[in-house]
Amino acid sequence: MSAASTLEAQETVSLANGLTCEVPADSPLGKLLKSQRTWVGPNAKERLKILRAAKSIAIVGASPNAARASYFVGTYLLQSSNYRVYFVNPMADEILGHKAYPDLASLPEVPDIVDVFRKGSDIPGVIDEVVAVGAKTIWVQLGIWNQDAAIYGESKGLTVVMDRCIKIEHARFNGGLHLLGFDTGQITSRKTIR
Amino acid sequence: MADREYGFRTRAIHAGNIPDQVTGARALPIYQTSAFVFDDTADAAARFALQKYGNIYSRLANPTVAAFEERVASLEGGIGAVATASGLSAQFVTFASLAGTGDHIVASANLYGGSITQLDVTLRRFGVETTFVHSSDPADYAAAITDKTKLVFAETIANPSGEIADIEGLAEVAHAQHLPLIIDSTIATPYLNRPLEWGADVVIHSATKFLGGHGTTLGGVVVEGGRFHWANEHFPKFDEPTPTYGGLNWHGIFGEYAFLTRLRAEQLRDIGPTLAPHSAWLLAQGVETLPFRIQAHVDNARIVAEWLAADPRIEFVNWAGLASHPHHERANKYLPKGPGSVFSFGVRATATQSAREIGQKFIESVDLASHLANIGDAKTLVIHPASTTHAQLTEQQLADAGVLPGLVRLSVGIEDPEDIVYDLDQALSAALKEN
Repeated sequence: MSAASTLEAQETVSLANGLTCEVPADSPLGKLLKSQRTWVGPNAKERLKILRAAKSIAIVGASPNAARASYFVGTYLLQSSNYRVYFVNPMADEILGHKAYPDLASLPEVPDIVDVFRKGSDIPGVIDEVVAVGAKTIWVQLGIWNQDAAIYGESKGLTVVMDRCIKIEHARFNGGLHLLGFDTGQITSRKTIR
Repeated sequence: MADREYGFRTRAIHAGNIPDQVTGARALPIYQTSAFVFDDTADAAARFALQKYGNIYSRLANPTVAAFEERVASLEGGIGAVATASGLSAQFVTFASLAGTGDHIVASANLYGGSITQLDVTLRRFGVETTFVHSSDPADYAAAITDKTKLVFAETIANPSGEIADIEGLAEVAHAQHLPLIIDSTIATPYLNRPLEWGADVVIHSATKFLGGHGTTLGGVVVEGGRFHWANEHFPKFDEPTPTYGGLNWHGIFGEYAFLTRLRAEQLRDIGPTLAPHSAWLLAQGVETLPFRIQAHVDNARIVAEWLAADPRIEFVNWAGLASHPHHERANKYLPKGPGSVFSFGVRATATQSAREIGQKFIESVDLASHLANIGDAKTLVIHPASTTHAQLTEQQLADAGVLPGLVRLSVGIEDPEDIVYDLDQALSAALKEN
């Protein structure tokens, strides 16, 4: 369960002149924009399918700083999932005892999901990188929103998840959220690992 | 997993309890254990640092308790819940997480007596001041807010007054000052009203009452809506490094989950009023039939209240389901299925006996209704404050405390309604018989 950063979450706004800027997600303008969102990402069942189908996840914008959200996500994925996890950060050599890669192209495999901790205006560039290496899904973390980028990603054939935490969503379907008394929305009469 | 939003009755039964992968147990297992083994030291470290989910010690979380928490959160429409040992401790951990020395709370003056003393005695001794608002007008709450205020607190349905909170109006007043509205919804339950849907931010229950429903088990629960921006100017703790958790920032790391995660990781850790697994099991079992029980409670409450209101031996009936109640219209807005089944009525004095005497004899004459200090049992319960909890007060002191000498509090059960009426009728007759 991790917001984009320890700083305030940002919303990317497209201006009439074609440029973009960032506004705090909690500001009145940010809240207004949130209420006006028209792009809708995959629903809970579809997100579960994405997570079940994936075998590998690359974290772009991973940080070696233990207080950062990406560090929590990295720790969680390494310890509480069976994914092959890769850290991408050109400024770091090692994160959580694992090699840090300078970019997606340097990874030893094409990751199934690219999980992104970068500001909203950087997302289109990350999408191009994702498409270039042939990954199929871009997952933009909780607190980051760039609607135009989501639509752009889909136009390139990607599955796009945005403003969602991959740790929370994985935990929703694997018992972590449930263990701490959170509503998972999960109801089933079938035996399920929690 | 079905692609469907399941209904209230389905969620009352299923939310929080999925059959265990290993044993296939269909009923909720009771995890009667104090602690949980770690896989290795890295696993232990990550659990303690909140970097991964996992059980550590039952003071912080327990799988049976989690099932009850998720179930109540689902029914209230919250993002999650933290269960506690009692309703009073649910309130205490919430207040303790948001207010400290020098801070201020604005609360209804019509709260349950235990809530009043928690705020007025213990929290005041800890340096948290409370202003009690003697009105249900949101403007009066607004006037009580100071620059030290941290929260606004009221009950959906108050007793014995039967007052209904104007949740929407209170939410507007609180939010205008970037403060959370916290609602105790014990008497309403999520079947009659879901405060989060009307703008409240946190909902608290004494689960001992209608959620458990059978008068067997103490428990409390705090539910949060996930919409309030906690990292604002009033609550710097949400937006600064937390040394005991490796410098994490609650808001930055947990986003909308920050309030409940901190409540569990700090307040349950440091204060410790944990719900026991066996108690959680009983309460979760009770919740399965909540919609049916509460419908039966309000159906019976209507029959009993209307019968009492029509009886010449009765002076008043404080049930907002009656058109005569000052909050009848508000009850229709917030509680269209009925304003609960806990209310009070007053016996009328006669030429030869005071209302206080009649009330006392009435209580001693009931034979089906139980004379005890609780509400929200399947059984009908009665108490006469003037001869019990307030027995030491003079008539004048009673009047000052707002407890009328003939006032009887009733928690209408789900017995046959004609049997409840029969018992109240015979007890009234006995009470009025001359000695």
